[in-house]
Amino acid sequence: MSARRIFARPARFAAIAPYVWMLLFFLVPFGFVLKISLSQTAIAQPPYEPVFDLTAGWGALKAAFAALSVDNFRLLVSDDIYVFAYVRSLTVAVTATALLLLIGYPVAYGMARLPTRWQAVAMVLVIVPFWTSFLIRIYAWINILQHDGLLNQILLALHLVSQPVVWLSTDSAMYIGIVYSYLPFMILPLYATLAKMEPVLEEAASDLGAPPWQVFWLVTFPLSLPGVGAGVLLCFIPIVGEFVIPDLLAGSNSLMIGQTLWLEFFTNKDWPVASAAAIVLLVVLLVPLLLYERLQKRQLEQGR
Amino acid sequence: MTDELPRTDAAADAVGETQSAASEPLLRIEGVAKTFGTFRAVGGVSLDIKAGEFFALLGPSGCGKTTLLRMLAGFEAPDEGRILLGGKDIAQALPHERPINMMFQNYALFPHLSVRDNIAFGLKRAGMVRADIATRVAEMVALVKLEGLEKRKPDQLSGGQRQRVALARALARRPQLLLLDEPLAALDKKLRESTQGELMELQRRLGMTFIIVTHDQEEAMTMASRIGVMRDGKLAQVASPRELYEAPRSRWIAEFVGDINLFDGESKLRDGHRLVIGTRDAGALVVAEPREPVGAGKFSVAIRPEKVKLSRRGPVSEAGHETAINRLDGVVADICYLGGTTTYKVKLDTGGMIQASVANSARLDVDAYSLDQHVVAWFTPDDCVVLPS
Repeated sequence: MSARRIFARPARFAAIAPYVWMLLFFLVPFGFVLKISLSQTAIAQPPYEPVFDLTAGWGALKAAFAALSVDNFRLLVSDDIYVFAYVRSLTVAVTATALLLLIGYPVAYGMARLPTRWQAVAMVLVIVPFWTSFLIRIYAWINILQHDGLLNQILLALHLVSQPVVWLSTDSAMYIGIVYSYLPFMILPLYATLAKMEPVLEEAASDLGAPPWQVFWLVTFPLSLPGVGAGVLLCFIPIVGEFVIPDLLAGSNSLMIGQTLWLEFFTNKDWPVASAAAIVLLVVLLVPLLLYERLQKRQLEQGR
Repeated sequence: MTDELPRTDAAADAVGETQSAASEPLLRIEGVAKTFGTFRAVGGVSLDIKAGEFFALLGPSGCGKTTLLRMLAGFEAPDEGRILLGGKDIAQALPHERPINMMFQNYALFPHLSVRDNIAFGLKRAGMVRADIATRVAEMVALVKLEGLEKRKPDQLSGGQRQRVALARALARRPQLLLLDEPLAALDKKLRESTQGELMELQRRLGMTFIIVTHDQEEAMTMASRIGVMRDGKLAQVASPRELYEAPRSRWIAEFVGDINLFDGESKLRDGHRLVIGTRDAGALVVAEPREPVGAGKFSVAIRPEKVKLSRRGPVSEAGHETAINRLDGVVADICYLGGTTTYKVKLDTGGMIQASVANSARLDVDAYSLDQHVVAWFTPDDCVVLPS
């Protein structure tokens, strides 16, 4: 089909647009990273040996493919530092996502049950932090959490502690930062599903003898699962690769994979190993995505 | 026929008293009121409902009938008054603590649960054992004729099937009282009519007490043994369908329930049980003395269209002509053929308009009147209801 015919039919163009997008902004860059991950480090600019040269002809290309090595991937498995970074990233992401769900769900539920005109106000309140730069907000947290910061002053004034608590460079500070930053991404999809749900379903459950906690567990929560799934994915995936928040708020004794990647790229100038680490990260993140998609498909099939 | 109607309020009260003395009402609503902000949705309603009754709350939208029902179910707490179920005040009890179940207007089926799990939901909450639940669910599925659909989800069912699941779910716990909120509103006309019959049959067979809320007066008249008409948060009249139709208590009820001809006028003279009322649009009308004796003043004379007979020359040769004191001359102004009946609008020589509903008892239209034909509309004094203006 010629390009002109595609553009003449907006519906068809709309159908292929996502694939063009994926090709340009995901598959092509992914190809670059994959290529780098298979090459050798070099003291050069850029700091790796090109694996193959497209201008050298077919024979050279074949030789280059034969010489491809997966050494960089072997290194990732053999060196503890990468394994630890992956494990820590996943642990942090799971914990933070759980915290986000625990905090975000009641907020989203409360929003969805507000009178309609107040829902719009609540929505703006959730979104309003985005009007300030993310970095500035994290620096603000450093200010709040430091030795004589706002949080310690309040705790001391309330006599909850007798000495200032050390917050900065701890996991607590990192979790505060992550939960704070990602909360809107948890609240918004949850709110969207909960607001769509008819309150009469909860009335029906309570009419049939369910006390409030059963109404929640048997009706409200199961019906909000699509929102829970979307919120969890929206938070979990970027948190695994999070770099700025752990770098600024957490201690330096254990690194997340994002920080390790950064070190490899910019400090060690080992682009091939960093690329390999990035590809492994992508594969690790594909697993929950695929699981979620299968789950959704099954739910759809059951609904039919 | 009119003998079935209580002639006086005193007589009606006497009947009511002997009944309530014999059996305590299942549900007693005492001075219940509910205000939302500044809107008084329900303003002091008192009502007794006996076990085994099929009671209808009828009224236009916004009359407070749904709010009253929601207070019975426990979704709203009344600001004033008591709700006694079997002698126990449940006004402040939570919905899940009441032995009352409700069938919701749009059914409110749980979309994530199968037909079976929807019906079993209430039974599981009651702590019934597994085997008993299975038996009861099967029983309910058979009752509403849903065999074979137990595993389906609500969105795989038709409107009529969903309605049945909702009914089975509400009946499964064998509640002392079943509330039905516009249960047939979402069905098409044919299905609605057959479902009305099934609901009545079911209610009689199970011997349960039903309270239905509806804005459809035909539905209320067909199904209920007693109807409470609500207006502006108050009960305007509580009566059997027949009494409501034949002896409405006010002009508003007369107009709300069915079609009616109304003539405003003043009482002129009294002759035994007869009263002569001079009306502007229909001249002097002779009517029967109303239940509550009335003095002088302004009144409306109300006649149902099917009580108005038409003839070409007046009631000379028709049966019952002796009592047909009210004769009104006019010409046919409008004809509306409805199949079973034809409604004629007759422009009276005295200036008013009267509607007559005539049964099409013969297939060939030998009796039919044509436009602009001169006719006599007549009716007896007993056919008229005198209402305060």
